[in-house]
Amino acid sequence: MYGPGTMTTTSPSSTAATALPADWRDLIALTKPRVISLVIFTGLCGLLAAPGAIHPVLGFTAILCIAMGAGGAAALNQWWEADLDAGMKRTANRPLPQGRLDRTTARDFAGVLCAVSVFLMGFAVGWLPAAILAVSIFYYSVVYTIWLKPRTPQNIVIGGGAGAFPPLIGWVAVTGHVTLMPVLLFAIIFFWTPPHFWALALFVKSDYAKVGIPMMPVVAGEKSTRRQILAYAVLLLPLTAAPWWIGGTGAFYGISALVLSGLFLLLSIRVGLRERTGPEDRMKPEKQLFAYSILYLFVLFAALVADRFIML
Amino acid sequence: MTETSKTEPVQADPRTPEQIRRSRNKVLGLSLAAFVVLVFLISIAKMG
Repeated sequence: MYGPGTMTTTSPSSTAATALPADWRDLIALTKPRVISLVIFTGLCGLLAAPGAIHPVLGFTAILCIAMGAGGAAALNQWWEADLDAGMKRTANRPLPQGRLDRTTARDFAGVLCAVSVFLMGFAVGWLPAAILAVSIFYYSVVYTIWLKPRTPQNIVIGGGAGAFPPLIGWVAVTGHVTLMPVLLFAIIFFWTPPHFWALALFVKSDYAKVGIPMMPVVAGEKSTRRQILAYAVLLLPLTAAPWWIGGTGAFYGISALVLSGLFLLLSIRVGLRERTGPEDRMKPEKQLFAYSILYLFVLFAALVADRFIML
Repeated sequence: MTETSKTEPVQADPRTPEQIRRSRNKVLGLSLAAFVVLVFLISIAKMG
């Protein structure tokens, strides 16, 4: 079990008190702005693709609350995992492991962001999207970060649900109720997350192994991880086309989804059927799949919104 | 865990604590002002 102050590291955060006051740029860095850009985008797509209309100010507020909630949850994640982050090359330069920010400030900042996002969403937009936002924050910061991540290699499968909430919240902010379409959008991101993350985990495996996080390549091995990436890519093909088949979107989205998911499947086949050739292997197919998976989600959701405006 | 990764050294912040605090307080003040304006706009939108 790990958590704030439970591990011994040589990181500055646990060896010396922070001499300088917290800089606002470090507080922003705590919210993982690059991850939030994807959260904002999928939330906005859910909001724009939903049938109905929302006042622009309330729509802006809904997206702001989704971003603040995601940022708060990300800050809670960094607060909890500061010692682990210090041990991984990819995360060692974050504000907490570097000692540029003290843990109490980080925790309080995260708490305020989460609380304000939920109450502002409830006050401005509605209490159903606010409740779903609260569940997503709890899901990411407690179910994923504290409970699943250190315990099971399936952490990213179940924890992926946290990132799947934004389009659902965006949709419900407009319609006021949950239907099959936003649940499908949730499912698309849910099933997209494991192959996206495992492609990354395949080429940063040594980092996760070093800090004892049971990521799939560390626990089940590379071969099993590659097969599972392939299985999820196969599942994504019919799943992304499902909104078209149930009549929720038009042919523009449907054909775009089939083409995009077909390419995703091809790249996954390359990863799924190969083996690491040795220490000199630069893992190019895995890096290509990871990069494409980000582009894939952006273009897929953009096609969803474009289709909605074509249908109008 | 007893070993940390070798990472690029981070350059020390050349600003004084007072400068950092002032910069942070400006951002906090602007954020609070934006929040007040947003709540006002939300109230107008909900009345309309």
